[in-house]
Amino acid sequence: MQRTTVTVDGNEAAANVAYGLSEVVAIYPITPASTMGELADAWSAASRRNVFGSVPRVVEMQSEGGAAGAMHGALQAGALATSFTASQGLLLMLPNMFKIAGELTPAVLHVAARTIATHALSIFGDHSDVMSARTTGWAMLSSASVQEAQDMAAVAHATTLETRVPFLHFFDGFRTSHEIAKIELLDPEDLVALVDMRAIHEHRTRSLNPEHPVLRGSAQNPDVFFQAREAANSFHDAVPGVLDRVLERFAKITGRKYATYETYGSPDAERVVIVMGSAYGVVQEAVDHLIARGQKVALVQVRLFRPFDVRAFVAALPKTVRRIAVLDRTKEPGAAGEPLYQDVITALAEGWKGERLPEVIGGRFGLSSKEFTPAMAIAVFDELARKEMLRHFTVGIVDDVTHLSLSFDRELDAAIERARAGEVRCVFYGLGSDGTVGANKNSVKIVGEETPLFAQGYFVYDSRKAGAVTVSHLRFSPRPIRSSCLIQRAGFVACHQFHFLERMNVLGEADLGATFLLNSPYGPADVWSKLPVEVQRRIIDLKLRLFVVDADRIAREAGLGGRINTVMQTCFFALSDVLPREEAIARIKGAIEKSYGSRGRSLLEKNFAAVDAALGGMSEVEIPSKVAGDLHTISAFARSQGTDVEPFLERVTARILAGEGDLLPVSALPVDGTFPTGTSRYEKRGIAREIPIWDADLCIQCGLCPLVCPHAAIRMKPYREMELAGAPAGFQSRPWTGKEFPHQNMTIQVAPDDCTGCGICVEVCPARSKSVAKHKAIDMRPRLEHLERERANFEFFLKLPEVDRATVETATVKGSQALEPLFEFSGACAGCGETPYLKLLTQIFGDRIVVANATGCSSIFGGNLPTTPWAKNASGRGPAWANSLFEDNAEFGFGIRLALDHQEARARELLGELAAQMPEGLVCALIDAGQHGEKGLAEQRTLLADLRHRLVRIATPAAHELLHLSEHLLPRQVWIVGGDGWAYDIGFGGLDHVLSSDRDVNVLVLDTGVYSNTGGQASKATPRGAVAKFAAGGKQLRRKDLGLLATSYGHVYVAQIAIGANPKQTIEVLHEAAAYKGPSLILAYSQCIAHGIEMSTSMSHQRDATNSGFWPLFRFDPRRARAGQHPFQLDSKKPRVAFKDFALQEGRFASLQHSDPKASAELLQLAQSDIEEQWRLYEQMAGLERGPATQEGTT
Amino acid sequence: MKPDLSTRYLGLDLCSPLVASASPITGDVDVLRRLEAMGVGAVVMPSLFEEQIEHEESQMLRMQETGANSFGEAHDFFPALQNYNSGPDAYLKKIEAARKAVSIPVIASLNGSSAGGWVHHGKRMADAGASALELNIYWVPIDPAETGADVEQRYVDLVAWMSEAVRIPLCVKIAPAFSAPLSFALRLERAGAEGLVLFNRMLRPDLDLEKLELVPKLELSDSHESRVPLQWIGLLRQHTRISLAASSGVHAAADALKLLLVGADVVMATSSLLRRGPGHVRTILDGMTTWMEAKDYASVNQMRGSMSHQNCPDPTAYERANYMRTLMSYTSDVF
Repeated sequence: MQRTTVTVDGNEAAANVAYGLSEVVAIYPITPASTMGELADAWSAASRRNVFGSVPRVVEMQSEGGAAGAMHGALQAGALATSFTASQGLLLMLPNMFKIAGELTPAVLHVAARTIATHALSIFGDHSDVMSARTTGWAMLSSASVQEAQDMAAVAHATTLETRVPFLHFFDGFRTSHEIAKIELLDPEDLVALVDMRAIHEHRTRSLNPEHPVLRGSAQNPDVFFQAREAANSFHDAVPGVLDRVLERFAKITGRKYATYETYGSPDAERVVIVMGSAYGVVQEAVDHLIARGQKVALVQVRLFRPFDVRAFVAALPKTVRRIAVLDRTKEPGAAGEPLYQDVITALAEGWKGERLPEVIGGRFGLSSKEFTPAMAIAVFDELARKEMLRHFTVGIVDDVTHLSLSFDRELDAAIERARAGEVRCVFYGLGSDGTVGANKNSVKIVGEETPLFAQGYFVYDSRKAGAVTVSHLRFSPRPIRSSCLIQRAGFVACHQFHFLERMNVLGEADLGATFLLNSPYGPADVWSKLPVEVQRRIIDLKLRLFVVDADRIAREAGLGGRINTVMQTCFFALSDVLPREEAIARIKGAIEKSYGSRGRSLLEKNFAAVDAALGGMSEVEIPSKVAGDLHTISAFARSQGTDVEPFLERVTARILAGEGDLLPVSALPVDGTFPTGTSRYEKRGIAREIPIWDADLCIQCGLCPLVCPHAAIRMKPYREMELAGAPAGFQSRPWTGKEFPHQNMTIQVAPDDCTGCGICVEVCPARSKSVAKHKAIDMRPRLEHLERERANFEFFLKLPEVDRATVETATVKGSQALEPLFEFSGACAGCGETPYLKLLTQIFGDRIVVANATGCSSIFGGNLPTTPWAKNASGRGPAWANSLFEDNAEFGFGIRLALDHQEARARELLGELAAQMPEGLVCALIDAGQHGEKGLAEQRTLLADLRHRLVRIATPAAHELLHLSEHLLPRQVWIVGGDGWAYDIGFGGLDHVLSSDRDVNVLVLDTGVYSNTGGQASKATPRGAVAKFAAGGKQLRRKDLGLLATSYGHVYVAQIAIGANPKQTIEVLHEAAAYKGPSLILAYSQCIAHGIEMSTSMSHQRDATNSGFWPLFRFDPRRARAGQHPFQLDSKKPRVAFKDFALQEGRFASLQHSDPKASAELLQLAQSDIEEQWRLYEQMAGLERGPATQEGTT
Repeated sequence: MKPDLSTRYLGLDLCSPLVASASPITGDVDVLRRLEAMGVGAVVMPSLFEEQIEHEESQMLRMQETGANSFGEAHDFFPALQNYNSGPDAYLKKIEAARKAVSIPVIASLNGSSAGGWVHHGKRMADAGASALELNIYWVPIDPAETGADVEQRYVDLVAWMSEAVRIPLCVKIAPAFSAPLSFALRLERAGAEGLVLFNRMLRPDLDLEKLELVPKLELSDSHESRVPLQWIGLLRQHTRISLAASSGVHAAADALKLLLVGADVVMATSSLLRRGPGHVRTILDGMTTWMEAKDYASVNQMRGSMSHQNCPDPTAYERANYMRTLMSYTSDVF
């Protein structure tokens, strides 16, 4: 029977089965597993039924720990329950996993295996998470491909029911979870045939039921615990046998045969590699290559890792094997070997019946999705052939420190690829925003679902959110595609953005004679000399065929704006040999109809028009025999001429920026994850099409534009007129008009290569021309027209001396914006609502803050390599930043505070001890100063220099100790920063505890109302009526009033702010929170692309959010209570805009009106009532008197 | 015996010549029921604006695609929309609901200016059960290279396309701003229009002096505005047999009567119903009946067109002299 095929990614393949065989699904977002939960939630919202005919209940919990707890409970009450997770999420589930297994409860957890954070977080794939779960008692079943992710998911669900042993089913994060591939679909009938209904009934019979009460989860004593633990042995022992029977049943149903330990290669192999996960396909290719060259090699793929079936594993090994290399995709420092290696050794020791025990070596590979290719696998087989083998090795990197790495021949990969007849390999370079990946996913689906060909798509993203570059790797083949690695040599390369040619090696994968499609504003006659010479040289050397199309023009004319995807996709199909041209065009149109048909006729027609115009607009370029012109590629590492940079940056950061991070040896990297700050300034990305240009004559010097800029890409600086000497010709300067800096000049300056073009600055600019109303003091203008001048201007601007902080009134908009930002040029989205707060914070307090940053958007744009926006001033001072985890950030920051307090106290103590040896007054001055603003801080620094100077000359242990601790006599602020997912949900318990303390910590919640980083899942901050992932039908309940909860303590400074609604209040709040000697909590309204708004208008959204009462501004200051005043102050006026009028300007609310108008109307009405009720409460609170809190910091 | 108020419009039998024209209230089923009870002859649903549909479609797409497929941790930032109702979907449901709720004809209204999508929406409205379709053609020709002839041709083409595409009766609502309304009306008839609605009221932007922004503003009409359709229907009646609907300024029985007398088959009220509610239908119809009784008119059919340019005692009053006399009366007062 012909089976249905679909083209899906690994997450969807697994989720489809999990949903079909479950009744309760407890979810929580975490990369790269989030998609599984999202799909389950969306299916449930659409009332899709499972194979038993009911609609599963899908619930989002506050953390993975919560999800595991809910799953545990659901299992105990007799439901079929599942969950999805990865990495840290799995770690949070471990306690429940021990319980679930200990209680012999059938369950399946699907894991998109991801790196555990150690010296750094990584969202990418390896087995360090699942290996942490190997002691839980769960069976562990590994999938190697998208097809297996589906099939093993089904096998796991069926086997757990029959064995009562819970199953952790895992596949490689990203490589499998995000790879799109054509697979044979399991339909509901297959799943019904696979599961044993009797086992389901037995599971239900065992459940908690007052009609037949039992007790489970007792506390046991030394007399019986041990025996009870052993009592379950036979169930675990039975797993391999039952699994084999299920696999046989599966093969009968589907025709696909799987073994728990799968052997591939020569039956008489002498050298064998053992591997688990997606590397299977890669090693298969290596084995084929070596066998074709007469070598006796094989591999064994481990599917069943727990319980490790010694008998079956040993049986799977060729009897002829002499040497074995075990590949582990994880690292366990200090262990005798990695887990799979240890199990293999143990299995051989226990089960090998042959004459001579094979020699075993173990190697690490593929950590954090490091590429693993056939050439690397061949290097492993080669190692097995060497006389003296490395007992432990690594492959895929260059280890020049401990010399464990195997070298490999990259050319082999190209040769192996080229040898595959009929395979078409294509690589596409695009921008996230131009739709390249979407179009390529579409192409893979077209080919996969509508032709007999096999298709594979894998997509590489950079870590930037604005202007992100994407690289798509597509394979099409008449045979199943095993290559679970990036393409080395492509016959088709497309560059969807002309400007990439300048900084990126887009022809790195181009094979000899490949076709190169370039989106070019220049036609075939003109384009050649516009290409960098290096690109021309490569085109000539590789004998490429070059085609150009002006996709931007065609898309624009078709009404598609910057979405060039349809044009480029059409050209791709026309040029590649995947499908005949006519058929391809028809299928593209079919796919467009499918994608847009339900979303609107106009979109359909615009895309059809783009398809039709694309072919006519494409031309082949005649390749000259010589290079022409004088354009050259430029380094991605931008350093100003004549300036010094830290050698580390040249050696490491510059290479990572150049896309050469894979080539860096072990010795190049820090041993403990410590990196220099202030590095984003070396990454000039130039992603804006338009940038703000200043009209100095119109400007009223209000400071709003730098205040709201998310990327510190427009700045204001006062300076003395004499500093203008040597200014570039186009540099604008005007006298400072306020009283703050008399007799000084000022300039508003754009950073033309760092601006993302969001336009918020222009939207907030209040100064308009009287004669041409559309002209403001800053207008968006084409970047390229102004680039040269503004580059020179910005460089000069940076060299102008910074204002003397001691002279600045930092609590005003103008004053704060005269200060140097120490958070600049982040990779955050254009228009990000979080970054302006961080930038402002660094302007006011940047040289004295330590930041504890919860995982999320702010940790990614703040700390994702290659560069960081956290910067230093000219004295080398600036924020010290660290990210611990998602769930522990409040506690992490709290710990930092404890340490700082302790060290400060010790320093003061030592200072007292040494007072006699100091000049009179110095000690007192040091102890008293530093607390009085910028001036005090400057004085303290001077005193400190004096102190250190003296301490050096005192040869006592106390003086020596104080010398090291003396910097702690400077005031240090601890800022605990994170999003609402952290503060409201996963980290709430810790946050609550920290707020209940008396320590001087400042918590800044960048509240977008969703889990922004993982794609906009609902949190408890999500407003009622808003659509979000996990709330596809609109959030039903009101958001948590975290501010109100915090005020209940009485001693916590609490404020709610919105920089666009009341910037002055925002600045005052930051000052007050910093000055308050106890815990402070600030909730900062942050717009997000997940709100569905035009980001340039975000400040007006902030105003409306406040004016509607949705986001009232307030302060609760315990100091006021102490002074006999009302501690709670409302800083915004009574709601004067209907919530509906605010909400329906945002896609998150408006989309529900489209999909479910009735629910939308009801929810908006309820949300209005929430606001009115909250406002009444707040008004009453503003009139409440409270006794002085007694918990203010003793620090 | 009471005079017979029934009339025919677009081939449909109407119990009275008063039609509730397209406005926000005609989308509400309860209001439609009340209008029917008050004796309205037919209702025109609120206009489905092509421009708005396109805007919404592109906005929803933008929302779905912003940030999508750009970043490793998130494919996108919104859940896939389930049961997404685009503008037309919701409109079609409204037509179905209206047809179920009332037995009087329900006329769908489509406001747009382009060929492709328009015809598609028109077909779907017909399929949803609309009794007739009113095309509200309206756009602002901002290209100085576009001539009056170009604009007229665009109207004619649109009507021809739609007429070919839909099987239900088709009428066209136009603005009065044409150089030669009579010849243009006849061209529309030849293109396939089975009725004309005279006239559309133009949406004129206003200026917000605080914000220095242009803001859209639509003010409700007054009775005096009925003089525009009065003149042109009076002039047109003798040249065509297709249905003529008078729209603009129908506030009282007197307005309705005048328009019927000059040749309208129906009169359409919007502003007065928005101001006074569905009960105002009865007031107008009662006023008409009283006048007709007093003047011994047996039916609307009898009086329709009796004061048209062709039938009135002094046709020159429709022409230039009218203008001159008006001016003279003014000048004598002021100076």
